[in-house]
Amino acid sequence: MKIETVVNGHKRIFDITPDELLADTLKRYDYTSVRKGCDTTSCGVCTILVDGSPVPSCAYLTARAEGKEITTVEGIAEEAERLAEHFGDEGADQCGFCNPGIALSVHALKLSRKSFTEENLRHYLVGHLCRCSGYQSQIKAIQRYLGDAK
Amino acid sequence: MKKTKTVNQKVRSIDGKGIMMGRAAYTDDFAPKAALVIKVLRSPHAFARIKRIDKSKAEALPGVEIVLTHEDFPRNPFTRAGQGYPEPSPHDKFALDDHVRYVGDEIACVAAHDEKTAEAALKLIEVDYEVKEPVLDFEKAKGNESVIHAEESIHEMFPIGFDPEKNVAAAYHMEVDDVEKRLSESEVTIESSFYTQAQAHTALEPHTVNARIDYLNRLVIYSSTQTPFHVRRILSQALEIPLNRIRVIKPRVGGGFGGKQAIHGEMLAAMVTMKTKKPSRLTYTRKEVFEATYSRHPMRIDMRLGATKDGRITAIDCYGLSDTGAYGEHALTVFMVTGSKVLPLYNKVDAVRFHGDIVYTNRMSSGAFRGYGAVQGNYALESAIDMLAEKLGMDPLALRQKNMIAEGESSPIFEIMGEGTAGTAMNMESCKLDYCVKRGMELIGYKDKYPRQEIGKNKLRSVGMAIAMQGSGIPYIDMGAATIKLNDDGFYNLLVGATDIGQGSDTILAQIAAEELGVDVEKMVVYSSDTDLTPFDAGAYASSTTYVSGNAVWKAAKTMKERLIAEAARSLGVEPEDIEFQGTSFKNKKDDEELTLSDLSNTLFYNDDQKQLSVTESYYGTKSPPPFMAGFVEIEIDKETGEYEVIDYVSVVDCGVTINPKLAQGQIEGGVVQGLGMAMTEDVKIAANGKLITADFLNYKIPTGKDIRKLTTEFAESYEKSGPYGAKSVGEIGIDTPPAAIANAVYNALGVRIKSLPVTPEKILSALKEKNGKHHMMGMRSHDGRNL
Amino acid sequence: MKFANYHRAESIEDAYEILQKDKTNTIVGGGLWLKLSRREIDTAVDLCDLGLDTIEEDEDVIRIGAMTTLSRIEESDALRNVASGIFPRAVSFIMGVQLRNVATIGGSVMGRYGFSDCITPLLALDARLDFHERGTVPLVDFLHEKGKVTDILKAVIIEKSAAKGFFKKVQKTAHDFPILNVAIVKKEKGTRIAIGSRPSVASLAKEAMEYLEKAPTPDEVIIAETARLAKETLKYSSNHRASAEYRAHLAEVYTRRGLMEVNGLED
Repeated sequence: MKIETVVNGHKRIFDITPDELLADTLKRYDYTSVRKGCDTTSCGVCTILVDGSPVPSCAYLTARAEGKEITTVEGIAEEAERLAEHFGDEGADQCGFCNPGIALSVHALKLSRKSFTEENLRHYLVGHLCRCSGYQSQIKAIQRYLGDAK
Repeated sequence: MKKTKTVNQKVRSIDGKGIMMGRAAYTDDFAPKAALVIKVLRSPHAFARIKRIDKSKAEALPGVEIVLTHEDFPRNPFTRAGQGYPEPSPHDKFALDDHVRYVGDEIACVAAHDEKTAEAALKLIEVDYEVKEPVLDFEKAKGNESVIHAEESIHEMFPIGFDPEKNVAAAYHMEVDDVEKRLSESEVTIESSFYTQAQAHTALEPHTVNARIDYLNRLVIYSSTQTPFHVRRILSQALEIPLNRIRVIKPRVGGGFGGKQAIHGEMLAAMVTMKTKKPSRLTYTRKEVFEATYSRHPMRIDMRLGATKDGRITAIDCYGLSDTGAYGEHALTVFMVTGSKVLPLYNKVDAVRFHGDIVYTNRMSSGAFRGYGAVQGNYALESAIDMLAEKLGMDPLALRQKNMIAEGESSPIFEIMGEGTAGTAMNMESCKLDYCVKRGMELIGYKDKYPRQEIGKNKLRSVGMAIAMQGSGIPYIDMGAATIKLNDDGFYNLLVGATDIGQGSDTILAQIAAEELGVDVEKMVVYSSDTDLTPFDAGAYASSTTYVSGNAVWKAAKTMKERLIAEAARSLGVEPEDIEFQGTSFKNKKDDEELTLSDLSNTLFYNDDQKQLSVTESYYGTKSPPPFMAGFVEIEIDKETGEYEVIDYVSVVDCGVTINPKLAQGQIEGGVVQGLGMAMTEDVKIAANGKLITADFLNYKIPTGKDIRKLTTEFAESYEKSGPYGAKSVGEIGIDTPPAAIANAVYNALGVRIKSLPVTPEKILSALKEKNGKHHMMGMRSHDGRNL
Repeated sequence: MKFANYHRAESIEDAYEILQKDKTNTIVGGGLWLKLSRREIDTAVDLCDLGLDTIEEDEDVIRIGAMTTLSRIEESDALRNVASGIFPRAVSFIMGVQLRNVATIGGSVMGRYGFSDCITPLLALDARLDFHERGTVPLVDFLHEKGKVTDILKAVIIEKSAAKGFFKKVQKTAHDFPILNVAIVKKEKGTRIAIGSRPSVASLAKEAMEYLEKAPTPDEVIIAETARLAKETLKYSSNHRASAEYRAHLAEVYTRRGLMEVNGLED
């Protein structure tokens, strides 16, 4: 079947099977940033935005994305670059496999204009597992990024 | 130490932006689109012989390109462990075998044009098994009726105590002085057994490989590996492909922690591509990562300590039993590190013994894992030290301060124990352990908080601590090399075999070279870990990169500097000693004439006595200066349920000079949280039939950002003369202290000693019940007038 | 899960008709478990176009559409005002934001999962389920039913009456299924105690509730006895997450603490 979506601001038509999941579709259509870290929607690596909300693309039916706006990290390149600078300053980037997913969740948070404490932020990001950093440097970097954004 | 501009300064990682922006970087990003998808048929039995295997139906399925079974591979035993050659691990594994030795062991693989077809084909492979009695309890493995490895050609490369008929993969024994005698003479002794569990690495990037044949008709493998050069060697030997026909490229790796320090899918992908001449790709599912890669070696450690009444530790006896699982990767070396990077912490003993067996069982293989045996040993020893302190009536910190190793001192263990072989004698040229302990006490508020404080009806806060040491590479065994190449316009390529697996080694190696050559890090373009293009490096393991590979880079930079000065002198018509090297320019000291690096390099390429300046240097350690650390934890614990939370984890670390302070902090904090996972929640569990229960992130629980409230990390001022710019390594030391620190904090809170990891609320509660029950009984008995 | 057809229902009737056609046809809620299921079915029916994703309130009840995501529930002011906001709070502990942006209340309830952090508070809140065919069914009755449901859940209904609530989830990490969860709702008339993930699906602690009902004004002693009954009269089992004994112990401790809290007593 064919579906029409908007990916990173561009209209795309995807030729898919009915049971295809969005992570697989996006990978197939060369959005390299979309990677998978688990098969149980538990790690956060494959996070993308659908209509501005972070979702696990490994468990999102592509068919359901008909008419929706999809954002991968390629679509927020400048924001990702700025967040990366803060990660760099805090020494928060290690293997980086989880970073694009985090960038998208953080971007969604920024768009929501909610104010966040460190504790809220830790709660908000609980679905983004990271095995390298110990998290604290990430949290600091993200706080700085969000602080700059205000 | 002289002032540095780049080293020990705040420098952002060189690759952070591209990674955050999602650019193609990891192994699977480079798989050709048309690559065959490989799926692996895995054993449902813990131990069985394959009586018959029929792949005809699977091969007949449209879209299936090839199906491989043990009949398709040369029968060459090898070890999957990526370590120095000849390896101290037994050659006990075949690419595919007619026996399966754990649930998840490979039986066959299918390569098909898409994933769905490959999965469908797996179901069509018919296998008849002769199911055998598995050995799942490692304490019953040695001498068990069921022999896990009875195949003929398996062997050890040199004596490691390999005795497969008894299910023993390796064995070790060493003793200084007479431990039994010293213990019997000791005024105070304690003894206790400790159990450590299997821990999963859980790097976020699953194990991934892809293969192709290039236009030179050579096999090119991309792999998420920590040891590309070892992978090339092992593939060549096992598959009988000449070494010069293989190229292994390690792209960005999404975390390793030791889990990628051994062969995973490379054998299968290589064989599929060799046979079909088509590109192939194999990415493990998360379940496969959990079920069919490696875990930390579970161990039982029996610890006996002896001391004088005034608290001088006189003897340590440590017996270990280690479970290597189905195959013996890193069996002996991990076990030896349990002694060699733990017991020297208390170097003033009269006698010390370390001995034990590493046994086969029918569970997934154990392998390398950050800490590499030291975590297990540290948990046992540092728990035992607190027990001894209590028996002596001493503050556990005072006991440590009185007995622990100090700068300028040594331990006989360094000379006796290496990794698989004898060790190397060394003195502690840099050891700020004393400072680490004192500073840690201040940061955690030890004096006010030890041992505990009531903070409400059901809650207590307490502190606990442990000290640790690790190493910096393996002396006389592991080598790293670096090439620095000058380009026109005056920038450099730094080519290193060293393997960045996310720890930031590309960045810190660029910093070392940039510092010596006086340029900005941006002028040092790094390319790492490609067996065709970069010089050799043993790989990212054994806390070796900063120290070993870093020294190689430093040497190369120094040599390049000499070459540059010679060329500048020639160009300016003066002697080299007349040249003042300023990084981006050269000054003739006699007349202040300047020549820029850019002009010099352009001239060298295009105009005058043209040549390519390129230098390669190598380094191997002649010792392994240990980083040290004191770890302190404050926990809040619920007396009624045993649940507890980490309030703060204080790490004070001596790793010499930090090349990149923020990345070093990242190594410590990442290690600490991984260690806290091991201490608190992580536990690889198998069912009675050997099947893995914790096969996904829903059931195997690693810490999240919400679980550890605060990390406080500092570095001691320290300078290691033999290290690059005074640095020692820092990759593993962070993981060592949390298990003992947590167990000690729980004891300080509630008076119960948890002797098996992880320290779960349920174990705490059950120990409390037992303790209170005993107290209750003691109360009754004393009522009877008995003297207790 | 593999399926040959994806169908976006145009109406509830349309969806219902397809469900009756083939026994394997299934409603997709959030779709989160699709990846985990090995089933092969004919048609997956998606209700996402039917406007079932709203939270509506009138004077007496709040009606949560079956396709409402857990994130919406977490952020609903209306639900935060019911029984100390235990339902949105319980939901906020379920895995990560991304998952809650996709998981639906309908999927969470219809699965009757033992590990559910939705069902336990809903049971304590005495929620009712509004089905297309059967009409309204109390959640407590639905949980006792067995077998595949061929009806379509339209909404979950919660009463708005004044109440105090307590919810506790015991877990290993902040991103985990519960080892056990306890929800307590104290209304003017009567207190409901629900205990879930024992590890079987949540149940009301009936004997404990009855004892409390008959007792005079709750004090420490009465509450301790109620908690003991919650421990003694429900069935707890062991799995790799916890033993039956530990679960029972946690049930007693948190029932006691919860009852103290909803009765305004200091524990």
